[in-house]
Amino acid sequence: MPKITARQAFVAAAVLVLLALYPLAVRGSFPMHLMIMVFLFAMLGVSWNIMGGYAGMFSFGQAAFFGIGAYTSSFLLTAHGVNPWIGLLAGGVVAAAAAALIGIPCSNLRGHYFAIASIAFAEIVRIHFNNWKLIGAAEGLTIPMQDESLRNFMFHSSKAPYYYIILSFLLLSLGVCSWVTTSRMGFYLRAIKEGHDVAKVLGIDVVRYRLAAIMISAFLTAMAGTFYAQYILYLDPESVLILPISVQIVLVSMLGGAGSVMGPVVGAAILLPISEVTRVKLGFKGSGLDMIIYGTLIMLISVYQPQGVWGLLQRLGWKKK
Amino acid sequence: MADQLLQQIVNSLLIGSVYALVAIGLTLIWGVMNVLNFAHGDFLMLGMFIAFWCYTLFKMDPLLSIPVCAALLFLLGVGVYRFIISKVMKGPGLAQLVVTFGVSIFLANLAVMLWTPDFRLIEKPLLAGTWSLGSVQLSIPKFVASVGSVVVSAAVFLFLKKTRTGKAILAVEMNRDAALLMGINTERINSLSFGIGSALVGIAGAFLSMYYYIYPQVGGLFGLISFCIVALGGFGSIEGAFIAGILIGLVQTLGGYFFDPAYKYALVFLVYLITVWIRPQGLMG
Repeated sequence: MPKITARQAFVAAAVLVLLALYPLAVRGSFPMHLMIMVFLFAMLGVSWNIMGGYAGMFSFGQAAFFGIGAYTSSFLLTAHGVNPWIGLLAGGVVAAAAAALIGIPCSNLRGHYFAIASIAFAEIVRIHFNNWKLIGAAEGLTIPMQDESLRNFMFHSSKAPYYYIILSFLLLSLGVCSWVTTSRMGFYLRAIKEGHDVAKVLGIDVVRYRLAAIMISAFLTAMAGTFYAQYILYLDPESVLILPISVQIVLVSMLGGAGSVMGPVVGAAILLPISEVTRVKLGFKGSGLDMIIYGTLIMLISVYQPQGVWGLLQRLGWKKK
Repeated sequence: MADQLLQQIVNSLLIGSVYALVAIGLTLIWGVMNVLNFAHGDFLMLGMFIAFWCYTLFKMDPLLSIPVCAALLFLLGVGVYRFIISKVMKGPGLAQLVVTFGVSIFLANLAVMLWTPDFRLIEKPLLAGTWSLGSVQLSIPKFVASVGSVVVSAAVFLFLKKTRTGKAILAVEMNRDAALLMGINTERINSLSFGIGSALVGIAGAFLSMYYYIYPQVGGLFGLISFCIVALGGFGSIEGAFIAGILIGLVQTLGGYFFDPAYKYALVFLVYLITVWIRPQGLMG
């Protein structure tokens, strides 16, 4: 494990306490929704980071795993009455299997070729789900109303339980990510990122470790998908399987700092409030202005902060003892 | 049955040759500076809208507005390179991939804001109607767009192989550092290639505007297909992009006809995945 200084442990504990108290301090549903979206995309970014940030596989198709997770649990629930928590695990397994299916043909692709392959895969999934009658095709699935309980993964009177669930999912993802990066596998992944061929020559089983990274990433992304379905209670291919979701996941990671455990969390904390607030304030007219601002933001981040904000924060003295 | 098959093959050649022109513009940029321009499809959309407004405001037929589309898109390409792309070239690879997504979202939504998300059509182009060749129906605007795309593609090929500037572009594509040492101004070649690549997609936009619906999101699908074509054809290969463009036209049209029209684009992406699995460097790479 990385060495944690007393100061860092103190700051982390203080942040956690503040986050735990947040639902008690705010009124109205928008501030809660905002933080839920921040945690959701932070979790998605952390999961992307395992394959993108550490192993250098820039996936622009994470929406496929997100959608597969959301659809698996929701289909099992609506068609067979399976509890969403079991659906959550099933979704993770299906997504990891899909990741293996796509990961094997892509195991030697690099750079742009991998990025395009990931988009192609996600588009195939989107088109198929749009035409697959069993899961509602383009009409999508509506989650049936059930009693409010943790067991049912459903809450009507308050958003606070969703807040705590997604916060714990985020902490779990951070745990998995830091475990991966400090294990032997993490070093292998970074070696593969720095030099694919060199890593191979040194005896690292490149295909196996790349595949493992994609599958872990897909499992966590699918968990976030199930959460989203239980939170929004409705899903269709055009809301969970689209390229803009994949791009936002990459962006969160890049803005915060790809290849650092906390980077995507910082990225989500900055980007989501901007995108959600502009969407709510400007998006309702359908004028496109909110998306123009978003596009401009992407360009500015790429030009001025491509290494991520987390690195900047660290340089500004966060790490000082 | 044989008649219908022939008709489908003709249809695939008609769309495939336009795909090829779009993809050649993309592969030129990719080959010279290793930048994947995700806004390429949106450049196509702008080309179509320029042709549309030339027609609506000045009664100019799309055939006449081809030079206008080429010139304006050339300027746009050079501008995007100078002010945005050149600034991320030295940055991390991820930023180079992400930045053009920003350009794409910006342009598509600027079009929504300026011109609304409505679908438009050029109602009375100079070229209209169909020729009947035996049992095969040949749409005249599609035929002209297709022949035009082949002519422009051939012109680009000759320009690259025969002229001094074209050879300089190919030299940079082969080895940037060596080209720099030989006295080639690589920065100028970069912006020139970005300009030419964008002008080509502008020309394709003018051709498509003769028979295709024009709307702000039209670029998305064309963009994705052209990535597959370029990667299928091989890194920066003009010939590869042309052949792959025709192939993808065949896959899309025949797949839609024999299998299921709803899955025609899914088949295109599937063919791409299978090809790069067997040949990660593409057909001609």
